[in-house]
Amino acid sequence: MKAKFDILTSTCVPLPLENVDTDQIIPARFLKATTKEGFGENLFRDWRYDKQGNKIESFVLNDPTYGGKILVAGKNFGSGSSREHAAWAIAGYGFRVVVSSFFADIHKNNVLNNFVLPVVVSEPFLQELFDSIYANPKMEVEVNLPEQTIVNKATGKSESFEINAYKKHCLMNGLDDIDFLLTNKEKIEEWERTASR
Amino acid sequence: MNTLFDKIWDAHIVTTVEDGPTQLYIDRLYCHEVTSPQAFAGLRNRGIKVLRPEKIYCMPDHNTPTHDQDQPIEDTVSRTQVDTLMKNAEDFGLTHYGMMHPKNGIIHVVGPERGLTLPGMTIVCGDSHTSTHGAMGAIAFGIGTSEVEMVLASQCILQDRPKTMRITVDGELSKGVTAKDVALYMMAKMSTSGATGYFVEYAGSVIRNLTMEGRLTLCNLSIEMGARGGMIAPDEITFEYIKGRENAPKGEDWEKALEYWKTLKSDEDAVFDTEIHFDAADIEPMITYGTNPGMGMGITHSIPTTDGMSEVTQTSFMKSLDYMGFQPGESLLGKTIDYVFLGACTNGRIEDFRAFAALVKGRKKAENVIAWLVPGSWMVDQQIREEGIDQVLEEAGFAIRQPGCSACLAMNDDKIPSGKYSVSTSNRNFEGRQGPGARTLLASPLVAAAAAVTGVITDPRELM
Repeated sequence: MKAKFDILTSTCVPLPLENVDTDQIIPARFLKATTKEGFGENLFRDWRYDKQGNKIESFVLNDPTYGGKILVAGKNFGSGSSREHAAWAIAGYGFRVVVSSFFADIHKNNVLNNFVLPVVVSEPFLQELFDSIYANPKMEVEVNLPEQTIVNKATGKSESFEINAYKKHCLMNGLDDIDFLLTNKEKIEEWERTASR
Repeated sequence: MNTLFDKIWDAHIVTTVEDGPTQLYIDRLYCHEVTSPQAFAGLRNRGIKVLRPEKIYCMPDHNTPTHDQDQPIEDTVSRTQVDTLMKNAEDFGLTHYGMMHPKNGIIHVVGPERGLTLPGMTIVCGDSHTSTHGAMGAIAFGIGTSEVEMVLASQCILQDRPKTMRITVDGELSKGVTAKDVALYMMAKMSTSGATGYFVEYAGSVIRNLTMEGRLTLCNLSIEMGARGGMIAPDEITFEYIKGRENAPKGEDWEKALEYWKTLKSDEDAVFDTEIHFDAADIEPMITYGTNPGMGMGITHSIPTTDGMSEVTQTSFMKSLDYMGFQPGESLLGKTIDYVFLGACTNGRIEDFRAFAALVKGRKKAENVIAWLVPGSWMVDQQIREEGIDQVLEEAGFAIRQPGCSACLAMNDDKIPSGKYSVSTSNRNFEGRQGPGARTLLASPLVAAAAAVTGVITDPRELM
């Protein structure tokens, strides 16, 4: 799943709900796999399909009007369980960016570790973004990681977003934390020697 | 002028990445079957071993059935996941307490009860309720599977240093109010994101007077306010709890450990990024009415109305109430319920069973209620039997099931049917959490017991 990230321009999928928890992103009964593949099919499973497995036409992922690689969601996205399966589902479905005004901590780390960029924007920017998408579902958003900016192309408004320099480097170069930690073994052993004294 | 959190965190810094996260050394990694298989697969792909196998403990808990655990699991996908953990532990040389092993149980119940969780440690697990272990005076937090792989590979994790928050609860808890109610009260006040970005230390007379198990319940629920973890400075109650447990230090080591543990408290002049105070007098037995744990209220209160809510918030609020089948402004007292679940890493310990049993003693389970009583571990199960609690429960019409996470997240057969109401001592009331369409009302073991014997939502104080 390692993938480099620099600039992405895409249409958006709007999900203007608050407190979307990881149980909704991927329900527990789909956590039984022992690989990372296939979770995208069950992203938002119980909002997307009814109990008989039929598509719920009103849900945004089933609405052909909307599509793209950017998911735009209400505040406190990804709360609850630490399940990385939620990040695998988002990445597996094809999203590369999630935009919200607030993310839960563990989920934010999890999506980053799967090369999906969480972009935190202000609440007014988010609300305007929803308005722009509903006014014109074909309108695009540009997410520029090197510059750390997001642009609503319908209104021309932009905001800058935070990401630490290390994670930005990882994302732009397709590196993960384990690659880093494995080069660091001497420091780990040194810490252990000091701690045991 | 350091906080308890600072002291433990700083003692575990291996290095700090320039303009980036801290590389933190991890004393204990717990692995369960759901969030670990892809991490072990990652090690195999990279062709590397586990760096420190002796610091890692594995046990299945999420998929385990709560009956006939001596038989193979009927659900073949669940069975594969449980078997995969066993094989991974074997291949990488890790301790594994499999199903039916006398030390098996919910990982967050087993860690403290076996003395594997100790003050001053850094502890992680691919499970958000790892925050539980902070009750012993440890830094403990949930992580994703990529991070599990990190710890397996390097015994370290890269993390941004969280901000610190102290929540002080002073006063005295009134009759029928438990640690669970304190936690549900905090969540209702702070919302499910009120502590996001923070590590919480709980303080004040209410916390000091909680039993060790009450503290475990409280810290367990820290994540439901968004906090990475919650912790409580260890004191005589902590030391008394640990002493003599299986993996606790013994003899000279005990004295040495104790000396260190006594230094684990926030300095008088420690500065927290945020301080919050609550008064015990304001807390009554709690119950949730919505689909996140922050949607809770005192059991005698009414569901809020939508007055003053923003349009976005109102949309989410009404979606939640529609799912639950409730109306804004209504009271829940007297509502008929269908299921009661006692258990989970939140309330599956012996004190929870004692409290439940004390209330149902001499009464009978209501006919309309199906009750699932699931001990958090085999050790809890054994205590239940040694203390005769099983007799009390059986006489009242209840049966005890076998240990595991069970209906908390319904990965096994213990699913609440669609549309049914479940008064549950677990930690989350999300849509579908206890089964597709299930409607969960989070509460303490006392509120659950009162509902179990009356068949309706009842203030437990009326039965005490």
